[in-house]
Amino acid sequence: MANQLHNPVPIKRKYFTPGVFVLIILALNGLVFLIGRFLFGIGAVTNLDNQYPWGLWIGVDVAAGVALAAGGFTTAALGHVMHKEEYHAIVRPALLTAMLGYTFVAMGVFVDIGRWYYIWHPLIMWNGNSALFEVGICVMIYLTVLYIEFLPIVTERFIGRVNLPGFLSILNKPVDKFLRVLDKGLSKTMFIFIIAGVVLSTLHQSSLGTLMIIAGPKMHPLWQTPVLPLLFLLSAIAVGFPMVIFESLIASRSLGLKPEMHILTRLGSMIAPLLGIYLAFKIGDMFIRETFVYLTEFNTASVMFTIELLFGVIIPLRMFLSPKVLKSPLLLFIASTLVVLGVLINRINNFIVAYTPPYAEKTYFPSFGEISVTVGFVAMLVLAYRFIVMNFPVISLPGKHSAPQAKYTIRGVGK
Amino acid sequence: MPGKSRRDFLKKSAIIGAGITGLSTSTAKAGPKNILSPDRMGVLVDTTVCVGCRNCEWACKDAHNLPAGNLESYEDRKVFEKKRRPDHTALTVVNEYSPGKNSNMPVDVKVQCMHCDHPACVSACIVGAFSKQENGSVIWDTDMCIGCRYCMVACPFQVPAFEYHKALHPDIMKCDFCFERTKEGKLPACVEICPVEALTYGPRTELVRVARERIKKNPDRYIDHIFGEYEVGGTSWMYLANKDFSELDFPKLGDKPAPGVSESIQHGIFAYFVPPVSLYALLGGIMWISKRRKELEEELK
Ligand code: SF4
Ligand code: SF4
Ligand code: SF4
Repeated sequence: MANQLHNPVPIKRKYFTPGVFVLIILALNGLVFLIGRFLFGIGAVTNLDNQYPWGLWIGVDVAAGVALAAGGFTTAALGHVMHKEEYHAIVRPALLTAMLGYTFVAMGVFVDIGRWYYIWHPLIMWNGNSALFEVGICVMIYLTVLYIEFLPIVTERFIGRVNLPGFLSILNKPVDKFLRVLDKGLSKTMFIFIIAGVVLSTLHQSSLGTLMIIAGPKMHPLWQTPVLPLLFLLSAIAVGFPMVIFESLIASRSLGLKPEMHILTRLGSMIAPLLGIYLAFKIGDMFIRETFVYLTEFNTASVMFTIELLFGVIIPLRMFLSPKVLKSPLLLFIASTLVVLGVLINRINNFIVAYTPPYAEKTYFPSFGEISVTVGFVAMLVLAYRFIVMNFPVISLPGKHSAPQAKYTIRGVGK
Repeated sequence: MPGKSRRDFLKKSAIIGAGITGLSTSTAKAGPKNILSPDRMGVLVDTTVCVGCRNCEWACKDAHNLPAGNLESYEDRKVFEKKRRPDHTALTVVNEYSPGKNSNMPVDVKVQCMHCDHPACVSACIVGAFSKQENGSVIWDTDMCIGCRYCMVACPFQVPAFEYHKALHPDIMKCDFCFERTKEGKLPACVEICPVEALTYGPRTELVRVARERIKKNPDRYIDHIFGEYEVGGTSWMYLANKDFSELDFPKLGDKPAPGVSESIQHGIFAYFVPPVSLYALLGGIMWISKRRKELEEELK
């Protein structure tokens, strides 16, 4: 059987640890400023103004959030589309991260737009010329697809275990029946959603790059290029696996599991070529447009560009080429973290650093409130992740490869 | 039963494909009103005539139900010490600059939305709340706007302003070319009140002719540049001046319409949904082949 490598179970651990309390405090702090935003308006909490209409929330919560959730579609492509079953153990954690990541992207949008109660407008008011419209629609559909992809994990958790309290217990049987029907339907049709997820991801990952093109000369030439959509797509593909490694190593550390090095090493070996393609296009674009002249100046733009490229792409690229790095959890973690931070900085650069409006009196820097909300969202995401892996079969226990779970592994592709 | 699953697979893929192409026919037409009428109107601002009385600021507020104060208070020239921008309290402002060539009078420049012929705001708005009307006005629809502020990111003149202080129903604020007044045959409020006729309202083609003539007749009075004739593909509001426009805080812009590049990329990626649908088919193919290969391997074992 090919399914033996993969046996996801809820990880039983104590939920509350000192680290969890720190996260709860950060989340509450963010919540305070969120309430402030909804009671007193965006201006009361942020440093945004008519010159800088977009700031930290769009640059990090939305743009970087979408990029860093790319692990979901790259592992789905690898595990399901190319049918590499040896990677199935990481598909579920990556799916969970993508699902939570996109949920928080949607919440970030909800907080940032001035009229949050109109968030549904793009569903019925279409502007096919707008890159933002395309991003919005794709993200909405993809979020739905992610929830559908996650459903089998829910049905798997509850089938045969439905136990409603009190008088509701008469519903146990029908609910169980419903779950079984749902599960069967899902496993027959899942491939539709898996492919749709990959297509939707390539579309909006690249359209996020199109967003800033319309800002034209307001954007620094080091970043403003017609190939931005391609660069965004390539960097999203390149950051997918490093992000999976990054979170897998953190999760196994904090849950006290052995890192799944046999998978992570193989995954790591695929990163160098992906980073290489991205680097080639990035450098090629720089030479074709001759923007390297801006690197001889010393200013925020040139420094940020250099950091992004050197620490976020070139150094980790070199690291991933070395077998020593691939085999060591620590070095693998460092290299992956560099790529993750590199893409984070790239998105911040594109949406905030590169944007230089013509009449700005001061440059934008996020307020304490903006930072609190962003940090709060990340804390909430980690807390939700921890809760879900403790209660749903997401993470596979290494070493326990005996019980075959054919029914749940190649869902939708199978039989 | 690989045969059955394959047929199933193809059938389901075909349904999805049909669904998506079905969508495309309606999306292809979706988009805000964006008319480029040959009879569109415009305003020619002659900064060499403007005296900086700021009556237009008052009239504009008055016409748009914004707190305007009394007209006399606008005689105070201290406001010129600082450069101002239109915002939610004023849809147009006048700034003052040092004298240009052959003159010792300061240069006063009225600032408002340029009403571009190819407006970036119309192209960018996620819900199509902006539209270019037949008479040249670029206007905004409060019933659609979601407050995402992408229009502000897109506008090459950094004109749209947002009501950041409002928790509920913040508006995007910008000059609407007095759309409600011109509909009734009235002049735009600022044009009507201007005491020295620094603002000329008329068909855009006519205004370009007038502007050329003025430059030709008075080459000492003007520099040879009508700002807005070609900038970002042309604008409905155009300016004459006696010094370089970059010294008057006008952005340096090319002749290409601002939304050009992003729209062609957007339409390239989405060309009638062919690229996404092909990608879907390709991935489906790969998925089917790799699964089939696995099955064969297992049969051989
Ligand atoms: S100046 Fe800006 S707001 Fe006015 S029409 Fe042009 S793009 Fe739109
Ligand atoms: S803020 Fe309103 S008008 Fe501007 S792009 Fe967003 S939805 Fe459109
Ligand atoms: S055209 Fe109307 S809205 Fe625009 S500046 Fe003049 S008075 Fe104000």
